[in-house]
Amino acid sequence: MTGAGLAEIALYFGVLTALAVPLGGWIGRVLQGDRGWTDRVAGPVERALYRVAGVDPSEDMSWRRYAVAVLLFNGAGVVLLYALQRLQSALPLNPGRLGAVERGVAWNTAVSFVTNTNWQAYAGESTMSPFVQMAGLAVQNFLSAATGMAVLAALMRGLVRRSARGIGSFWVDLTRSTLHVLLPLSVVLALFLAAQGVVQTFAGEARWPLRDPVRDASGQPVTEQVVPLGPVASQVAIKQLGTNGGGYYGANSAHPFENPTPLANFAEVLAILLLPAALCFAFGAWVKDRRQGWTIYAAMLAIALPLTLATVAAEQAGNPALTPLGVDQRPTSLQAGGNMEGKEARLGPVESGIWATATTAASNGSVNAMHDSLTPLGGLWPLWVIQLGEVVFGGVGSGLYGMLLFVIVAVFIAGLMVGRTPEYLGKKIEAFEMKMASVAILTPSAVVLVGTALACLLPSTAATLGNPGPHGFTEILYAFSSTANNNGSAFGGLDASGSFWTQATAIAMLVGRYGVLVPVLAVAGSLAGKRVVAAGAGTLPTHGPLFAGLLVAAILLVGALTFVPALALGPIVEHLQLAAR
Amino acid sequence: MVGLVSSKASGKVLSRSLIQTAALEAVRKLDPRHMVRNPVMFTVELGSAFTTLLFVHAAWTGRGDASPGFVLAVAACLWFTVLFANFAEAVAEGRGKAQADTLRRTRRDVIAIRLAGRNRDSAREEVPAAGLHRGDVVLVEAGQLVPGDGEVIEGVASVDESAITGESAPVIREAGGDRSAVTGGTRVLSDWIVVRITAEPGASFLDRMIALVEGAKRQKTPNEIALDILLAALTIVFLLATATLLPFSTYAVRASGQGTPVSLTVLVALLVCLIPTTIGGLLSAIGIAGMDRMIQANVIATSGRAVEAAGDVDVLLLDKTGTITLGNRQATAFLAADGVPERVLADAAQLASLADETPEGRSIVVLAKERHGLRGRHVEEGAVFLPFTAQTRMSGLDLG
Repeated sequence: MTGAGLAEIALYFGVLTALAVPLGGWIGRVLQGDRGWTDRVAGPVERALYRVAGVDPSEDMSWRRYAVAVLLFNGAGVVLLYALQRLQSALPLNPGRLGAVERGVAWNTAVSFVTNTNWQAYAGESTMSPFVQMAGLAVQNFLSAATGMAVLAALMRGLVRRSARGIGSFWVDLTRSTLHVLLPLSVVLALFLAAQGVVQTFAGEARWPLRDPVRDASGQPVTEQVVPLGPVASQVAIKQLGTNGGGYYGANSAHPFENPTPLANFAEVLAILLLPAALCFAFGAWVKDRRQGWTIYAAMLAIALPLTLATVAAEQAGNPALTPLGVDQRPTSLQAGGNMEGKEARLGPVESGIWATATTAASNGSVNAMHDSLTPLGGLWPLWVIQLGEVVFGGVGSGLYGMLLFVIVAVFIAGLMVGRTPEYLGKKIEAFEMKMASVAILTPSAVVLVGTALACLLPSTAATLGNPGPHGFTEILYAFSSTANNNGSAFGGLDASGSFWTQATAIAMLVGRYGVLVPVLAVAGSLAGKRVVAAGAGTLPTHGPLFAGLLVAAILLVGALTFVPALALGPIVEHLQLAAR
Repeated sequence: MVGLVSSKASGKVLSRSLIQTAALEAVRKLDPRHMVRNPVMFTVELGSAFTTLLFVHAAWTGRGDASPGFVLAVAACLWFTVLFANFAEAVAEGRGKAQADTLRRTRRDVIAIRLAGRNRDSAREEVPAAGLHRGDVVLVEAGQLVPGDGEVIEGVASVDESAITGESAPVIREAGGDRSAVTGGTRVLSDWIVVRITAEPGASFLDRMIALVEGAKRQKTPNEIALDILLAALTIVFLLATATLLPFSTYAVRASGQGTPVSLTVLVALLVCLIPTTIGGLLSAIGIAGMDRMIQANVIATSGRAVEAAGDVDVLLLDKTGTITLGNRQATAFLAADGVPERVLADAAQLASLADETPEGRSIVVLAKERHGLRGRHVEEGAVFLPFTAQTRMSGLDLG
């Protein structure tokens, strides 16, 4: 790895931390209902929304009612998004005259965007009209992220409240997250991106004559290039901030219209981790113990940073199969060097490596390079960090609430080791919490393994793969890991538009999202009802390096033991084959 | 929890007989109905049974899942894992039983003086306390243990009942009235009493205590329940991880056109390696060991929950002093009235207590010696010692 590469990684995490700390403190206050500076604009809108919807903002929901509200709201989102796609041809703002989206793909996409996954079984610019992108996909980009934040807020309330029945109002949490956090941040980022040259227009398409006309497959001459345009900057902003990742274009942020400059690239990759990182500090502010937030952030960083370094190092090292052919893969002043297959020449292995790790650590899923073309080890780390359960940063809200379940498990194991009743922030951890935490940790892993096994057993699978052998297996494993953990990035190579894949991945996304979300709410409700036990001399401190280490160990152990056998048959064997060649 | 001041636990950790019974128990515990209560070890047992079947199949057909020797070796390892977990649990249970046996032996070792008639002068006969029946009449003299629950029919004595009731001051027990009942295991401090035994063997207070030790039920503690859930969840995850390895490997073989899919034996072995067998196997043994440790500290935990509660105790508040005392009241200071030097008081108190053989009396003499260097000395002629008796409830020295 080059010194410049290391410096860039250091700069990235440095800026991320510097921005996340103040932002987190502010989000913590906003979610608790404090009136901040956004209240001047968003406040009246918020109150008007409650009046129109007939919502009582002071309602205190039980966890069951909260869960039902989440499920109904997201269910309605799926129906609406499905309808918009199917009725696309009858809707306005459709300069490309795109027809209705195919049934399976529409269903898959609706589920995908509502669950904050943004797995795309289609290419955006040639399937969705600007209207569907704006009114359907972008809306769910906001709402799915806000849903995650709302559930996180409910869990934090559960941890803080004493002997309470309720965990807050979903409608208030949802509205406040959207209006006071996601919208202002998106506006700022969208304006910045547009200034950097990201497209933001309702003009239908751009056309350029080709200097050297070519012939297409049927022998017809092709003389011009047509690139559909649309409101890209506004959508890219929330796609990055809300850990959604569904690109306006099929090429996602590798497309120059989505990601035109180095500065835009840096802002976008920063936006991927910004909210998940800030929420750690929001948590610290909420529980009135900043050390708790820092500890969780440190644990996330302790996993993400080495994986980033490993990924970038693997990409920078290049492809050993090319070395005997006399290909120069060294970084020089004229070339970035390393493995350039599937990468933008203007970005190179460092920018793509950072992005690949960030987008998989957070459950973002946007890409600026094709993950299918990463080296076996360069692809292994992003795949593994997804399989850890999207708790290392993870999705907006969902990452931290998943992480807090691991915290509960770590507290429990550590509590048993020191012979104390396990308690976290003064709340006793008992059988019910362990049951729910186990279900939530088990569900995505189970979906990944069972889904991949099913695909391996089906004889039709081989035809949908881009590559035979271990790389094909990795494509299957990646698809299910990405969907079951609501990441949404595609390894590529796999044709996921067939009926098996659209149905299987839709189920994986639904189970992976709500199989975690509902148990989290149950834990929140159960914790809210408990009394707070005063910390004594024997209480295990849940801050500091020791606990961060325990937390990291718990995450890595579960992740490693569950997936190492499968990974051994995919990227690891591929790496060995490549090295032996 | 019940405070119990009795014999200390026997020091030996493992005796030969304990190991023998535990080894037998380990095999008996292979019963699936017993094993299913521990999901992790139940999984291992199923794996053991499965690999044994695979071995039989491989040995029979000659071309089974893998080479018969390999399958046999794996099966043997797995059976050993299960048996060892059972053995650990049986040893821990055996230790609890040994504790109850110690208590029982204490009782058997008490020798009672059985009287032929109803008064002190009747013919005497020494019998073990366990051999006493209802209606037997026994004599208990100062310093002896009351052999069984009964009723005082003659005499009056001060009795140390702290082991049973927790009351640290000796109580007066005498014939007739509501102060006539005595309890087995208590100690007569002064004088003597004749007691008619009212409880059959096996129904006395001490017997009930023994039953409590033996019957301390292996209820799961709250933490154990939560841990079981976690272990079960991990077992399921790892079960999936290994079970799905079969299609993965079949796919890999098909895609690459070389090699053979992973054998079932290897998958079972991998599963057992992955699942948390160590914690799972030793969990119940740990629970029992916890209760055993408490018994060694003379505390009977009536449930696993109590063991955990004991671990969480920071401060112990008692509404009476007795529960944890020895019934051995000691003088700790001389508090003289105004104008009286403490040494004079100590001198008078020592003289008055010289003939008092109760713990209190002796402690006054000891304190006088420690504080003021007063020793037992020659007493003036004509002075008469008045020993402590239950009737007068005082002792002294009549200087005439």
